[in-house]
Amino acid sequence: MSLRSLDPGQFWIYLAEQPLFFLALTLGAYLVGDRIAAATGRSPLANPVLIAIILVGAVLLLSGTPHQRYFEGARFIHVLLGPATVALALPIFRNRALIAKQWRTIALALLIGAVTGIASTLLFAKVLGLSSSTLASLAPKSVTAAIAMGISEQVGGNPPLTAVIVIATGVLGAIIVTPLMNLLNITDYAARGFAVGISAHGIGTARALQVNERAGAYAALGMALNGLMTAILVPLLLYLFL
Amino acid sequence: MLEGLTILIVLQFIGEIIAGVTRAPIPGPVIGLGLLAGYALWRGAIPQQIEIAGDAILKHLSLLFVPAGVGLIAFGDRLLNEGTRLLVVLIASTAVTMAVTALAFRFLTRRMKEDA
Repeated sequence: MSLRSLDPGQFWIYLAEQPLFFLALTLGAYLVGDRIAAATGRSPLANPVLIAIILVGAVLLLSGTPHQRYFEGARFIHVLLGPATVALALPIFRNRALIAKQWRTIALALLIGAVTGIASTLLFAKVLGLSSSTLASLAPKSVTAAIAMGISEQVGGNPPLTAVIVIATGVLGAIIVTPLMNLLNITDYAARGFAVGISAHGIGTARALQVNERAGAYAALGMALNGLMTAILVPLLLYLFL
Repeated sequence: MLEGLTILIVLQFIGEIIAGVTRAPIPGPVIGLGLLAGYALWRGAIPQQIEIAGDAILKHLSLLFVPAGVGLIAFGDRLLNEGTRLLVVLIASTAVTMAVTALAFRFLTRRMKEDA
């Protein structure tokens, strides 16, 4: 049941044809999400991305708006992901002295994290009896969407499904990172950031940047390095599991 | 601000070209990140214009994931077939990966005495 079928008001039809409406909706939903997050003292559960997705999604579902039409407006925000990724060089550069000193830790933790990310995903998926094509779509889920979709295609997965899985992984990662790290008593922001960058790519990195700049730097570094590592490891590990 | 934003976009564009020509499995923006980091290391500093624009975008990095995230709802029916099991896999493996990476990082830092 959609608003449109109840009342095909001219007003809504006019609004839905304006890309500007969906641009404003996205910004407004995020501002609401950010306010709620701030009001809860940045509680991990009140993730601004998740709140905004739910708010925008509700409007689209209730109005029966196709995702494509929404994206005509929202893509103005989406394209900024590119320059934002380039800008992640800033926190990495500012923490360069520490990163240079810790390069062996970083290299080894990267290898351990990348292998764990792919192997644990395949193991759990196999135990739960998911199909081989789903396994191929799931394997690269820890890395940023552009890389993950390329890997998925290469190993016989379904790239659009991979994109959805990647986003879900990022949101989940951004929500669980604070409670999980506190539970494990990990107090070093370098370790916390690196772990969230390796496991939850850009969305995890966005959360890390909000909490602490050093965590953000290590998250950005982990995310960039894991993109490379995962592209190399997925075909190898998938071969072992299938 | 505008100067810095232009440079960031140009770096991404150069990255896209490099990725396209070399067919490297790395997306253009990540190559752009490497180029900017390399340039900053070479010069020993990041031009102020880039810092102003970059910091402004990064402050709201979360916002930029909302349009793609809305796809979760648009393609939700894909998830419904294997939905619950898929969600269990995502939560369990993300938590395990994060925990193992953080613990490994802490262990290695202490082991190699690389603590800050």
